[in-house]
Amino acid sequence: MLAKRIVPCLDVREGKVVKGVQFRDHEIVGDIVPLAARYAAEGADELVFYDITASAHDRVIDKSWVSRVAEQIDIPFCVAGGIKTIEQAREKLAFGADKISINSPALSDPSLISRLQDEFGRQCIVIGIDSFYDTASDSYKVKQFTGDEAATKDTQWFTQDWVEEVQKRGCGEIVLNVMNQDGVRGGYDIKQLSMVRAICDVPLIASGGAGTMAHFKEVFELAQVDAALAASVFHKGIIDIGELKHYLHNQNIAIRL
Amino acid sequence: MTDLAVSSINDNDDITVIIDTGCANLNSVRFAFERLNANIKVTDDFDVIRSATRVVLPGVGTAGAAMAGLQQKGLVTLISSLTQPVMGVCLGMQMLASVSNEHGGRDNKAINCLGLVPTDIGDLDSKGLPLPHMGWNQISVTDHPLFEGIEDGSYVYFVHGYRAPISEYTLASCTYGENFSAAIGKDNFFGVQFHPEKSAAVGAKILQNFLNMGKAQ
Repeated sequence: MLAKRIVPCLDVREGKVVKGVQFRDHEIVGDIVPLAARYAAEGADELVFYDITASAHDRVIDKSWVSRVAEQIDIPFCVAGGIKTIEQAREKLAFGADKISINSPALSDPSLISRLQDEFGRQCIVIGIDSFYDTASDSYKVKQFTGDEAATKDTQWFTQDWVEEVQKRGCGEIVLNVMNQDGVRGGYDIKQLSMVRAICDVPLIASGGAGTMAHFKEVFELAQVDAALAASVFHKGIIDIGELKHYLHNQNIAIRL
Repeated sequence: MTDLAVSSINDNDDITVIIDTGCANLNSVRFAFERLNANIKVTDDFDVIRSATRVVLPGVGTAGAAMAGLQQKGLVTLISSLTQPVMGVCLGMQMLASVSNEHGGRDNKAINCLGLVPTDIGDLDSKGLPLPHMGWNQISVTDHPLFEGIEDGSYVYFVHGYRAPISEYTLASCTYGENFSAAIGKDNFFGVQFHPEKSAAVGAKILQNFLNMGKAQ
């Protein structure tokens, strides 16, 4: 049976893993490869590296860390952040990334998705979506440029429509990040994720809100997502990946131990 | 001859070639073998491929583009003539088959593949489950040397939307909606649909099994 995936996300800046509060005041947590290796050894099924250097500053930076990760790590990994062109995507994939994740640039130019799919195949094209509950319209909408607080803006896309659009254009997987609960650790937004699951024919990764092991059980059982992504609960040692996977296994969820 | 002497001869002469197909990301496969201290060459040189101890046919992208790449480099006849162990990975496995019905190209025509394992590649019928089939799934294995020491129910990493059906050439199977071949093979040609290079310890064991094949006795 296909296992549900546990996916730690690491923020990377200038070749180091960092953590920040509300996208500000980043402090260096450590080197990428040893942290990635630790997560892999603890049982992570996949890793996401979110390159925040790239998204905040539009300049050429050293990407050799992607190659160093590929040399050392024997589980799949995805690189997100700052990929706007076919060439930037090719570089990451050539260095050994299994997938690339696109968010804001796809909103600016949706044809990027189809062009990436034509070039590399849909299996390595992940679309990240930052979705929030808009009380005024009582609906879910998509935000853009969330990596930079000053640049963050609402888009005209309703989340459902954008989810349909990116699939039509050929993405292979969707990461739905629910803004309202991100960082609060109050649980995944089950209602919204279930709504998206119903219209999502590609694998769906839940992101935002994980605080306890029960939250993971909930999101797999109730929202039927394929994978659950989390950052702070793993970085801060609130949840140990190995323990989480044994817990989920004991709850009869398909898990690779 | 002592054991030591045998192993030193093997180290010098034992070469695993990864065929440079021109369009694939070859680094992940190369790195995985290097983690096992294998002597790896990535090349499209006919003589080097012919003299290899064993050969890996990697593949990422679409069947049409990958076959066009092999034809362009004149590798189709060469690969078919090889007598040492040849392992295809993911799309590389699918290229060993007779025909691929992957329609990720300009038209809807079936693509002629290498025809080394007589089976046809078609759509994976996931019976409504999300596609592509992406993530860690369990395999059931046969007693092929590639799966020595691998238990039924072991998890390996898959990413694909097309598959080889279950047939007499199935070496390992998996279920995602339908049952399909996780590995196929005939004679010295075999391939795995999943990515052993991304399948943690289980994948490393499978790659080590491959490295144990074709050794000078």
